[in-house]
Amino acid sequence: MSATTTAPAPKSGGFSLGRLLLEGRAFFALIAIIAVFSALSPNYFTVSNFLIMSSQVAIYGILSVGMLLVILNGGIDLSVGSILALCGVCAGAMMQGVELPWAGVILYPPVWAVVVLTVAIGALVGALNGVLVAFFKVPPFVATLGVMYVARGVALLMTNGLTYNNLRGSEALGNTGFNWLGFNRLWGIPISVIVLAVVAVLAGLMLSRSAFGRWLYASGGNERAAELSGVPTRLVKITVYTVSGALAAVAGLVLASQLTSAGPTAGTTYELTAIAAVVIGGAALTGGRGGVRGTMLGAFVIGFLSAGLVIIGVSSYWQTVFTGAVIVLAVLMNSIQYGRGGRKT
Amino acid sequence: MTRQTQGNPDAREVVLAARNVAKSYGNVHALKGVNFDIHRGQVTTLFGENGAGKSTLMKILSGVIRPTAGQIILDGRPVVFANANEARDRGISIIHQELSLTPNLSVRDNIFMGRELRGPLGVDFAEEERQVHALMEELEEEIDPLTPVEELRLGQQQIVEIARALSVDSRILIMDEPTSALSASEVEVLFKVIRDLTARGVSIVYISHHLEEALTITDHAVVLRDGTMTANAPRADIDLDWIVRNMVGENYDLGSPPDSHRRGVALSIRNLSVPDATGKDLVRGLSLDLRAGEIVCIYGLMGAGRTELLETCAGRLRATGGEIVLEGQEISHLSIAERIARGLALVPEDRQRDGLVQTMSVGQNLSLASIRRFTRGLFTSSRAEKALIDDSIRSVTVKTSGGGAPIGSLSGGNQQKVVIGKMLATKPRVIMLDEPSRGIDIGAKAEVFRLLAQGARQGLAVLYSTSEVGECLSVAHRIIVMHKGRISAEFDCTVSKEKIMAASGESVAA
Repeated sequence: MSATTTAPAPKSGGFSLGRLLLEGRAFFALIAIIAVFSALSPNYFTVSNFLIMSSQVAIYGILSVGMLLVILNGGIDLSVGSILALCGVCAGAMMQGVELPWAGVILYPPVWAVVVLTVAIGALVGALNGVLVAFFKVPPFVATLGVMYVARGVALLMTNGLTYNNLRGSEALGNTGFNWLGFNRLWGIPISVIVLAVVAVLAGLMLSRSAFGRWLYASGGNERAAELSGVPTRLVKITVYTVSGALAAVAGLVLASQLTSAGPTAGTTYELTAIAAVVIGGAALTGGRGGVRGTMLGAFVIGFLSAGLVIIGVSSYWQTVFTGAVIVLAVLMNSIQYGRGGRKT
Repeated sequence: MTRQTQGNPDAREVVLAARNVAKSYGNVHALKGVNFDIHRGQVTTLFGENGAGKSTLMKILSGVIRPTAGQIILDGRPVVFANANEARDRGISIIHQELSLTPNLSVRDNIFMGRELRGPLGVDFAEEERQVHALMEELEEEIDPLTPVEELRLGQQQIVEIARALSVDSRILIMDEPTSALSASEVEVLFKVIRDLTARGVSIVYISHHLEEALTITDHAVVLRDGTMTANAPRADIDLDWIVRNMVGENYDLGSPPDSHRRGVALSIRNLSVPDATGKDLVRGLSLDLRAGEIVCIYGLMGAGRTELLETCAGRLRATGGEIVLEGQEISHLSIAERIARGLALVPEDRQRDGLVQTMSVGQNLSLASIRRFTRGLFTSSRAEKALIDDSIRSVTVKTSGGGAPIGSLSGGNQQKVVIGKMLATKPRVIMLDEPSRGIDIGAKAEVFRLLAQGARQGLAVLYSTSEVGECLSVAHRIIVMHKGRISAEFDCTVSKEKIMAASGESVAA
């Protein structure tokens, strides 16, 4: 079944029954969604539909991996939707050519350079979040809320509120290929889904197998104890926000490529969807608990649910209601899970 | 054996009693059929190691949890409390070990939380304030009712908690370790209040790990072990040995200084000063040398500057002046991680807040400070980590089902051993322990001190702080007494308890 094979499941180090049940919840929800919509619509349970849905999920999925890292650290990143838009616009601007008035030339960087520069811009804005939180002790909610507005504003300023519609580049300038990311397939799988899989596997390996992963779980669970155990808690903080910003840039590139346009209003409220995916995946907003596997399932639950509702022709207002209900249900189950056996001295 | 002499606690009227009370959590039997009497106007102290069932029994008596079997009898009639509020309405209040105050609210608002006095214009703040003033006068504490609780010292917060229980006119007051955070003078105040209350006919149930202290106040002693009552006697019939014998079931000994070979200076503190947030010095120009293989104890009251001294050495706090020299190298500018890498480790005072990551397993907590030791290239090696964890569990004798068990499943003593094991796994040359025995039972204490002695024999330099005099005279070769940020006296291990207490500025209880 292609739906589950596209959801990467990096092998986790600690394998306990509790974690299995926790993540199993989102898994069973996904199975139920697929079963219900397959019964309601003959078009739902087809390989091509799963691939289309998955390439839509990729955007949220990439964002939610970054969000997961921040949430594991006990923070929150509200700026990812705006960073996505800002990076999309930056990429669009670079594709139109960068004019250097003092040199009297217009530079047309090749696509790979556009991608690298865009991800660097995303990482830089993310690092700004990290510095605000780690060194200036601004609460994550407030710091990233501020950066959310600033990034969105800069994106609007850059284009005067307009959208770049021509991202195709031209043969003569040697900058074609931007839409490869959004339209091409490798072994029949959309590139965006492969990008998501790579991001998720790397993040999963980092969390379960690297020293940094252990630092992240420790500083999210109890920052004071982690610090006294020699964990560089500030470095961990700055890193997670930087990675979250860079992944928002990747998502921005994928989205711009899929739409073949880059607008300053793209990605509005995407940060909330990413948070929802992480929460549905069983991560605790207080930090220290959660994993990539759960977050991926969360992203697919949201994506497959809303796509299914569209296919069976339910109004978009009802989609919003359903998505909200799923989030509330997930948080409810999380609190039941952590309430039991969590508080014991 | 009923002796009908006046003043014999057994002769007094029983106000609250537990009959065959049992409590099970799944397969774990926290209490196995306990009988327990509380007499009017008496102090009844519950003794027992951690996990003996003291807190469970108190929670049952105060309506926080319900027993799986057995009866609670109040004034001769069986009662069932649905919750703690119902018990409070019947005159039973409990002061929990962990404070339950709201730090951002004032003392007044905390004391009247949930039962604000209503006047014609909303809450009658003036009347509340007046009552708080009266309570504070009674407790002989000068705490302004409008001070936010977070600005109070821990000891003062405890006093506020006690004032809150007193304010509801409780007939039965249950205190779970009320003195663990109080200074000697605050304990004196508390004991005076307890005596006043018992004279008024209020019954007190008291739990403390501080045995000597509890003996000075109690009228009646009850000892629990493994969920059953092992002994029960009036004060006149018992002494410290009797309690300890019944608690642990054998003779206990906190050990004696190991005959380790003391070598060169491992840690040298030179003229160190540490300020608090307002710039007042908490540690003032303190100098101290610690040799390899030596165990030094720092004794002092709350606020003497012990914690600040140790946290500055570990790198958590910044010093304004002075030097910290580890094996000949100045380390004041290094980060915590760099100091750990050079062999200086701290076991912090508050293990819940600073020692453990509650979301991680026992094993992950044990390996947290030495992740680099089992990292191969980019990734950690789970085999090397497991070896390290198993090794740690063995060497500090943690009682657990395995490295994968949640940290919350361990008793306080075993959690403390995990924190110590975590820092010992970094292979330190100097280990500092801030009140390593806080809130753990005698059996675990003895094991902690045994670990320190064992480390010293292998050349480890050990510096630990304590606020219990009895613990100074266990494994320490030297005893340093701190008073107001300075060293006020230094003794060898043959000194008497009275001399140590006198040097700390503490009045020696008669």
